Amino acid sequence: MSPSVPLQEMIRAIRSARTQCEERGVIQRECAAIRAQFRQSDNGGRSHNLAKLLYVHMLGYPAHFGQMECVRMIASPRYSEKRVGYLGAMMLLDEKQDASLLITNSIKNDLSHSNQYVQSLALCTLACMGSAEMCRDLAPEIDRLLRASNSYIKKKAALCAVHIVRKVHDLGEMFAPAARSLLSEKNHGVLHGAVVLITELCERNLETLEKFRKAVPDLVQIMKGLVISGYSPEHDVAGISDPFLQVRILRLLRILGHNNEAASDAMNDLLAQVATNTDSTKTVGNAVLYETVLTVLDIKSESGLRVLAVNILGRFLLNNDRNIRYIAMISLQKIVGTDHNAVQRHRGTIVDCLKDQDASVKRRALDLSLALVSASNIRSMMKELLIFLSSCPLELRSQAASGIFIAAERYAPSQRWHIDTILHVLTTAGGDVRDETVPNLIQLITNASELHCYTVHKLYRALLTDISQQSLVQVACWCIGEYGDLLLRGECQETEPVQVHEDDVLDALETVLQSHMSSPATRGFALTATMKLSTRITDNVDRIRSIVSIYGSCIDVELQQRAVEYNALFKKYDHMRAAVLERMPVIEKTAPGQTNGESTGEPIKDIQSVKVKQGELLLPQPPANQVHDTNVYEKDGVTLTMSCEKQSATGLTVTLTASNSTESDISSLTLQAAVPKSVQLHMKAPSGDSLPARGAAKVTQMVVLNNPNKVGLTRIRISYSSQGSAFQDTIQIDAFPGLSAAGH
Amino acid sequence: MIKAILIFNNHGKPRLIRFYQYFAEDMQQQIIRETFHLVSKRDDNVCNFLEGGSLIGGSDYKLIYRHYATLYFVFCVDSSESELGILDLIQVFVETLDKCFENVCELDLIFHMDKVHYILQEVVMGGMVLETNMNEITTQVDVQNRMEKSEGGLSAAPARAVSAVKNMNLPEIPRNINIGDINIKVPSLSPF
Repeated sequence: MSPSVPLQEMIRAIRSARTQCEERGVIQRECAAIRAQFRQSDNGGRSHNLAKLLYVHMLGYPAHFGQMECVRMIASPRYSEKRVGYLGAMMLLDEKQDASLLITNSIKNDLSHSNQYVQSLALCTLACMGSAEMCRDLAPEIDRLLRASNSYIKKKAALCAVHIVRKVHDLGEMFAPAARSLLSEKNHGVLHGAVVLITELCERNLETLEKFRKAVPDLVQIMKGLVISGYSPEHDVAGISDPFLQVRILRLLRILGHNNEAASDAMNDLLAQVATNTDSTKTVGNAVLYETVLTVLDIKSESGLRVLAVNILGRFLLNNDRNIRYIAMISLQKIVGTDHNAVQRHRGTIVDCLKDQDASVKRRALDLSLALVSASNIRSMMKELLIFLSSCPLELRSQAASGIFIAAERYAPSQRWHIDTILHVLTTAGGDVRDETVPNLIQLITNASELHCYTVHKLYRALLTDISQQSLVQVACWCIGEYGDLLLRGECQETEPVQVHEDDVLDALETVLQSHMSSPATRGFALTATMKLSTRITDNVDRIRSIVSIYGSCIDVELQQRAVEYNALFKKYDHMRAAVLERMPVIEKTAPGQTNGESTGEPIKDIQSVKVKQGELLLPQPPANQVHDTNVYEKDGVTLTMSCEKQSATGLTVTLTASNSTESDISSLTLQAAVPKSVQLHMKAPSGDSLPARGAAKVTQMVVLNNPNKVGLTRIRISYSSQGSAFQDTIQIDAFPGLSAAGH
Repeated sequence: MIKAILIFNNHGKPRLIRFYQYFAEDMQQQIIRETFHLVSKRDDNVCNFLEGGSLIGGSDYKLIYRHYATLYFVFCVDSSESELGILDLIQVFVETLDKCFENVCELDLIFHMDKVHYILQEVVMGGMVLETNMNEITTQVDVQNRMEKSEGGLSAAPARAVSAVKNMNLPEIPRNINIGDINIKVPSLSPF
């Protein structure tokens, strides 16, 4: 290799710097020298300077002053300068920089250069950082190169075409015929590029996918050639002939065969052959096998083949190599929805992987275990998951905790088991659970009325051992406050009876109140619990009174307010105290508030008992029989206006108008509505589904409601895509103006 | 699609960084630091796949890495690439480097960073795998290097030296120097 001497000297100088400061000094001097040399027009060592600049850039120092130099170097006739210039362009420029426009012309000229290596440089740069305009300009050139050039250029042109299609989706049709013809090439590099291009085209456009289905026999032929042919030294990697190409073709076959009987039939034999003939002792063999398995499971293959595929995955799962086990779990995750029973057979191995020391394997095993939980195996699985929770790495804890909660909620065999499980999770990983766990757990406890005694005893004992887990402490305080009388009575069927004195209970609550580990919310819980106990205990009411009066001068405003109010309850309203603090009624499950993107998986029209949210009416209550325009939703420039018109005593026509005030267009706009069961809903077709930018046009949709019971709680879900990403939001409407709602 | 290729040593010093998606410079350095932090924690006998790097792309992206002696080769890929395939690609890339540099070691990568980039350009282009045949890659790289050598060789230098001298602006030697009363006549010497 010819050395680049000035570059090496600079690197040596940088490496000999002993401190960061010294290194910075060396680099600053070098950069100054480079800048001076850039300013000079004719210079023999230009390529060396740019190379030095790129090295400095890799270390993290600013190098933007080299951008214009890159442009100049690219235009130079010398190959060495072009090479470095293009490399600099790929590293320093991107489509946001103005300088990138200047190289468009150079790339255009170089694409038709006589030297194929110059052409390849241009293709490489275009594929790396070509902007949409550049791609549009140069697409015909690329198409020409795809058809008529040598194989070295063809393969590069194919990948360049992939980049173009990614940037400018419409140009896909231009490349389809050329891609088709490339499939008959012999050169593996070109074949590889062609397959990648066809994959990209099929993924983007359904019609292209239909057209390329006819190419399935050709692809099968190529694969057969690779699998059956003897040893070919140039493509061999550990005994398999060009595994990279095999993997690519299998992936394309998967896309073509998905949901299509005819194409799937054509590939059945081939897949069976590959699955049985491939040597699985090396990683390359496993890569091909893995891809085959994924393809078999994704197309409409015959059942014998599917069984073979799942068996191969099972074998992977037992492999010693952790990489293979990881891969197997990823693919099992993909099929756990469709072939649930097949995956259940391997449950034991997967649960064992939870104990593996590798964090990546653990993560996959956790996801898969949570997906495999079902009503029949809930008890054993939960045992394993709880063991895992106590020893799992920190980054997985919140995921594990929420997964356990969801599983417990769905498949709990008994209420006591459910409460036990949640308590266990709170004691092991209380700090990592979500905030809504506390109200959910409280609601669960109030519903299990026969277990109140058991629960409060257990929680009291947990509180005595550890007060650092905030969620647990909050729930414990609440329960002690509510069911303190059961606690003090001492008798309980489910646990051993233990005599708890009033002083002990008040001590525990006071410890929580005073501890520095308690958050303000927790202390609020504790204070309220102490207050509630004043009606449930007999002897120490004075003690409670003194505790409450102390907190009347607390710095925390919330605590202070509570304490002052409780004090007033003691002094002025003592006759009402018992009534105010009596046991709470069973809480119904309220509809969750406005949640963004949190999907629980249930269809939005299927809501059971939906209660009205108290106190928070989004809309004013104007007099009836008027048409009102109210803004129900305004976020990110998207506005939804609602206008109601009363048709009859119970009927209402609502017109929803959506408008877009952002700079970019919005497409695929859909509105869905969910109403309580007593209301009849009829949604008419919307006027359109796209909102051009800056409010150029609006979309309207009419909704007819028939509401005999006059209780109205509607949820509207708005979803749209803007700038390539999807958005979803839920709006809750408590009352429709124009419909008199009695009984709110 | 391959989002980035990073090579750094056991202490986190970058030896080669190639991003196939635009990131600002400070973002690039942060990604290198975060990747090093994640990768260096791993034991040698665990699997080569890492998830959880939030800076570089989020949930769809994985880090596939291999540890050779003092260097970590890290490829950041999304779900469209076969994981085991990328693992083999790293092997092919390292073997190609070995062939081009004759028993490659970290020093070769340090001092010939641009050459390593040119080799990488033959393997991965625009975030997609271009060529996996080692012989093909080394042949092409050799031809290009020979082209570069032939251009900047000694033959070009004398012509440039002559043109440089010709463009040198030597000051004119005055024939008569007149300072006050003194008159000096400068003899004309033959130009050398």
